[in-house]
Amino acid sequence: MSALSVDSVQRAEQTPDERLPYAELGMKDDEYQRVKEILGRRPTGSELAIYSVMWSEHCSYKSSKVHLRQFAAKAPKSDALLVGMGENAGVVDIGDGWAATFKIESHNHPSYVEPHQGAATGVGGIVRDIMAMGARPVAVMDSLRFGAADAPDTRRVLPGVVEGISSYGNCLGLPNIGGEVAFDPCYIGNPLVNALCVGLLRKDQIKLATAPGPGNKVVLFGALTGPDGIGGASVLASATFEEESQAKRPSVQVGDPFMEKLLIECCLELFAADVVVGIQDLGAAGVSCATTELAAKGTGGMDVRLDLVPLRDPSLRPEEILMSESQERMMAVVTPDDIDAFMAICAKWDLPATVIGEVTDTGRLVMTWHGETIVDIPPGTAADEGPVYERPYHEPAGQAALNSDDAARLERPTDLRATLLSLLGSPDLSSKEWVTGQYDRYVRGNTVLAQPADAGVLRVSEVMPGATETNRGIALATDGNGRYAKLDPYAGAQLALSEAYRNVAVTGARPLAVTDCLNFGSPEDPEVMWQFAEAVRGLADACKILGVPVTGGNVSFYNQTGSVAIHPTPVIGVLGVLDDVRGRVPSGFTGEGARVVLLGETGEEFGGSAWAHVEHGHLGGLPPAAVLEAERALATVLVEAAAQGMLTGSHDLSDGGLAIALAESCLAHGVGCTVTLPGGDPFTDLFSESAARALVTVRPEAFAVFAALCGRHEVPYAGLGLTGGSSLTVEGVLDVPLDELRTVHEGTLPAIFG
Amino acid sequence: MSAARVGVVTFPGTLDDQDAARAVRHAGGEPVPLWHADTDLKGVDAVFLPGGFSYGDYLRCGAISRFAPLMEQLIPAARAGLPVLGTCNGFQILCEAHLLPGALVKNAGLHYICRDQRLRIESADTPWTADYTAGQEVVIPIKHGEGRYVADAATLAAVEANGQVVVRYLGNPNGSLNDIAGIRNEAGNVVGLMPHPEHAVEELTGGPGTDGLGFFTSILKSSLEKLVNA
Repeated sequence: MSALSVDSVQRAEQTPDERLPYAELGMKDDEYQRVKEILGRRPTGSELAIYSVMWSEHCSYKSSKVHLRQFAAKAPKSDALLVGMGENAGVVDIGDGWAATFKIESHNHPSYVEPHQGAATGVGGIVRDIMAMGARPVAVMDSLRFGAADAPDTRRVLPGVVEGISSYGNCLGLPNIGGEVAFDPCYIGNPLVNALCVGLLRKDQIKLATAPGPGNKVVLFGALTGPDGIGGASVLASATFEEESQAKRPSVQVGDPFMEKLLIECCLELFAADVVVGIQDLGAAGVSCATTELAAKGTGGMDVRLDLVPLRDPSLRPEEILMSESQERMMAVVTPDDIDAFMAICAKWDLPATVIGEVTDTGRLVMTWHGETIVDIPPGTAADEGPVYERPYHEPAGQAALNSDDAARLERPTDLRATLLSLLGSPDLSSKEWVTGQYDRYVRGNTVLAQPADAGVLRVSEVMPGATETNRGIALATDGNGRYAKLDPYAGAQLALSEAYRNVAVTGARPLAVTDCLNFGSPEDPEVMWQFAEAVRGLADACKILGVPVTGGNVSFYNQTGSVAIHPTPVIGVLGVLDDVRGRVPSGFTGEGARVVLLGETGEEFGGSAWAHVEHGHLGGLPPAAVLEAERALATVLVEAAAQGMLTGSHDLSDGGLAIALAESCLAHGVGCTVTLPGGDPFTDLFSESAARALVTVRPEAFAVFAALCGRHEVPYAGLGLTGGSSLTVEGVLDVPLDELRTVHEGTLPAIFG
Repeated sequence: MSAARVGVVTFPGTLDDQDAARAVRHAGGEPVPLWHADTDLKGVDAVFLPGGFSYGDYLRCGAISRFAPLMEQLIPAARAGLPVLGTCNGFQILCEAHLLPGALVKNAGLHYICRDQRLRIESADTPWTADYTAGQEVVIPIKHGEGRYVADAATLAAVEANGQVVVRYLGNPNGSLNDIAGIRNEAGNVVGLMPHPEHAVEELTGGPGTDGLGFFTSILKSSLEKLVNA
C-alpha cells in the first residue's frame, strides 16, 4: 500500500488475506477472529484501530467485568443515586435540587514514563469526565503512591508528578482539597497516580453520553488533534514495564490546562443555553471511543467524515486520528436548529469547533476519508460487546505463610516516646506540606477544609449563575492501604472504604456514595486475579453494609515490574453531604479546655501496621478486623454530634493509631493536650490500628449529652483528658513539646526533596 | 446612595474572578463583570484585576493580557486616576502594562507556593488600604509560582524613597527584593499585590480569618467619598 492510499472497506474486501498488525496493537488471535466474524471480512486499518483500543483492557474491562458486576448486584438501596455505574461518572442527589458527580481514575503508567505530563493529563482527563455529566468541576484531589522516599528514582518521579498536578490543576482553577501520599518499595517501578474530581450541577441538568435523533450534528470541539499518545490506550495502559520504557516516551500525551479552562467555561455556557443533546469527553481511545459510545447509546448510527477533524499535524493518517489521545477535546451532539448558537459560544471562548458528522438510524458507524469509506461497523460491537474473560485465579502460594507470620512476635518498644517520634517522622506519616503546599487549595472561594484535614469540605455556592443559594456542603476523602490489602485483599478493600467513610464522617458529613480506583498487577497472573476478586468481593459486601453504593471508578491492571506486582491497592473515594456546612467539624484540637474523647474499641492489632513497617520492616499476619457495623454506628454518632454542635474538633484513627492521631491533632492548630490512657497496655493503646475509631474534642458542657448519644448507638467512648498547653502529654508515658513534634513531623520530605 | 461599582475583569484563563466579585459583594459593593474583549469600562468606580493564568501565561505572565481590548481603555483611565488593584496575575499584568514599576519572576525556590502568609501593611495611603493602619500585621493567602518581585537598583531605590511599598512579607516566601509583596504607583491609585485578599474575607472559607476584607471596604469608602465630594 502506498503512503497516500488508504485502507478502505472496498480494499479490505478485495484483499481478504492481507495481514494486519493486530498483535502489535495488543489484540489476541481469537479477538481478531471475532472482529472478522462481526464484519464478515477482514477489518480495515481504521476499524482495527477502533476495535484494538475499544477492546483493550483499559477501555473494555474485559478481565474485571465479571467481578465488577457485584457492585450492581449487591448495591445497597440508595435514594441518593441519580446516575450509577456505566456513565462517565456517577451522580448523587445532595439535596435542595443539587447533585454531585465524582470519580477517581488512574494515570499510573504514563506517570512513570513521564511524571510531569503523565500526572497533569491524569487530572485533565478526570476533569473532562465530570464536565461530560453536565457539571461544573469544583475540586480535585490525588492519591499518590511512590517507591521508598529516599530511593533515587522516587526523586525523579515524585517531584515531577507533584509539579504536573500543581501546574495543571492550579492553572485550571480547581482547588486541590486532599488526597494521600504514601511510600513503599513495591511502587518503585510503578507509582500510583490516582486523580479524583468532583463536580456540582442541578439535578435536572444531567447530561449523558448519547447520540439520539437522526439528522443531529456531531461536533468535535476544543484542542486540535495531533500525534499524542497514539496507541496509548492499548499499548501504554496495558503493557507491563520492562526495560523499553524509554522507547515509549512519545506515546505520553501533553496537556494544556489553559485550553481545558476555556473548555470548562465554554461547556457550562453551552449547557446553560441548552444547546447540547449528548456529550462525551475524549480520553483514552479519543475519537474511536467517543464516536462508538455516543452512537451505541443513541439512535444507533452515525456518519463521520474523518477528514474534517481539525489537525495540529496535517500528515496524520486516519488510523492515527482514531487513536490519538490529544487532550482537551470534547464531542457533542447538537440539533440543526441549535448549531449556530453552539458555534457562537465556542467562538466566544476562542475554541475551534467543527461539525464532523451526523446521527443516523442505520445502526452503523460509517466513517469516510476524502470520499472513501474506511469504517463501517455496528458501533455497539466495539463499545459494549468486547471480549469478557473469566480469568483463572487462586490464592497466592505464599499467602498462608504470610498470614501466619504474626506481628505479635515482633519485639515491643520500651521507649514509647522514641517510637512516637520515629513514626511521626517516617515518610508515610510525616507532614505532606512539601507536596500540598504546591497546590492551590483556595481558588473558587468555597474551600472550607483542605489538607491536612481528614476530608476536603466545600461549600455548595455560586456553582452556576442564577442558581439558588444553599448552606449545603460536600465532603470527600480517598484512602487506601496496600499493606493491609496484601495481607488480606478482602479485608484490605473494606478497610480502605472504612477509612474514607470515617474520614468523611469526622467532618460531620453523612457518607453517601463511593468511587473506586482498583490498582493491581497483571490479571493474567492467577495470584493477582485472586487478589482482585477478593478485593472486589470485599468492597461490594462492605458497601452493602455501610449503605453507600459504588457509582463508578476505574480498574488499573498490569501495575508491575517484570513479574513482580505491586501490593494490591484498592483506593476508595467517599462523598458525603453536610446539610449545613457551617456546622462542619475542623480537624484536630482547635482550642483549650475541650474534653478529649476516644471513640471505638482498641484491640491488639499490629498486622500491616505503621509500627511493624517503620520499626521492623515487617509485613505479615492479618490486618485489623474490618468492623463495618461499628463504622456505621461511629459515623452516626459523629454526624449527629456535629449537627448538634457538640464537637470542637475531630480526627480519625488510622496508620500509627492513637499516638499519631494525638500528635497530628496537637499540630493542626498548635494546641497541646494532657491525656491518660484508658488503662490497658500503653503500647497497644497508643499504636494499635484497630478500625472504627476516632478522636473528638467535646465542649465540656455538652459531654453528658454526647456520652448519652454514644450509649444510644453502642459506640464505646473514653474520656482521655483535656486540650491545652504546649506539649503532648500522655500521663506516665510520654511528654513531647509541640515544637519538637513539629520539627520531626515537618522535616522529613523537605530533607529528601529539597 | 447606590453602592460603589467595582469592575472585575475576566481574561481567558482568569481564575479568581468569581472570588473577587464575591468579596466586593461581601464588603457591600456591586461587582461589575468586565470581559477582556470589551472596550467599555461601564462607568465603574474602580477596577479589580484578579489572579489566574490569563492567556495561559504564554510568552510571559501578563504579557499578552496587556494588549487586550479592555486594557486599551483601562491603561489611560488608570493613568488618569481610576483606582485599580491587581492581585497575583493582575499584579503581573499591571507591571507588563508599565502601570507599576518592576517585574515578577519565578519564585526563588522554583516551586508554586500556596500558604497563609503573614504580611505587614506598609502604607494605608492608597484608596485600597485606607481601612488598615501602617504597620498592621495581617494574614492573607498567597498562591503563585512567579511572585518574586524584582527591579533594577535605581527603580527599587525610587520605590522605597517614594513610599510606594504597600505590603511586605514577614518571612519572605519567594525571594522578593526588600520583602516586597505589593506596591503602588506614584499617584497611589494603582496597587499591585501578590497575596489574595479575596481569599480572606469569610471565616468559613479560604485562609484563616478575614484580614483581606479591608482592601474591599477601603475602596468602597473611597469611591463613595469621591461621589460625595464630586
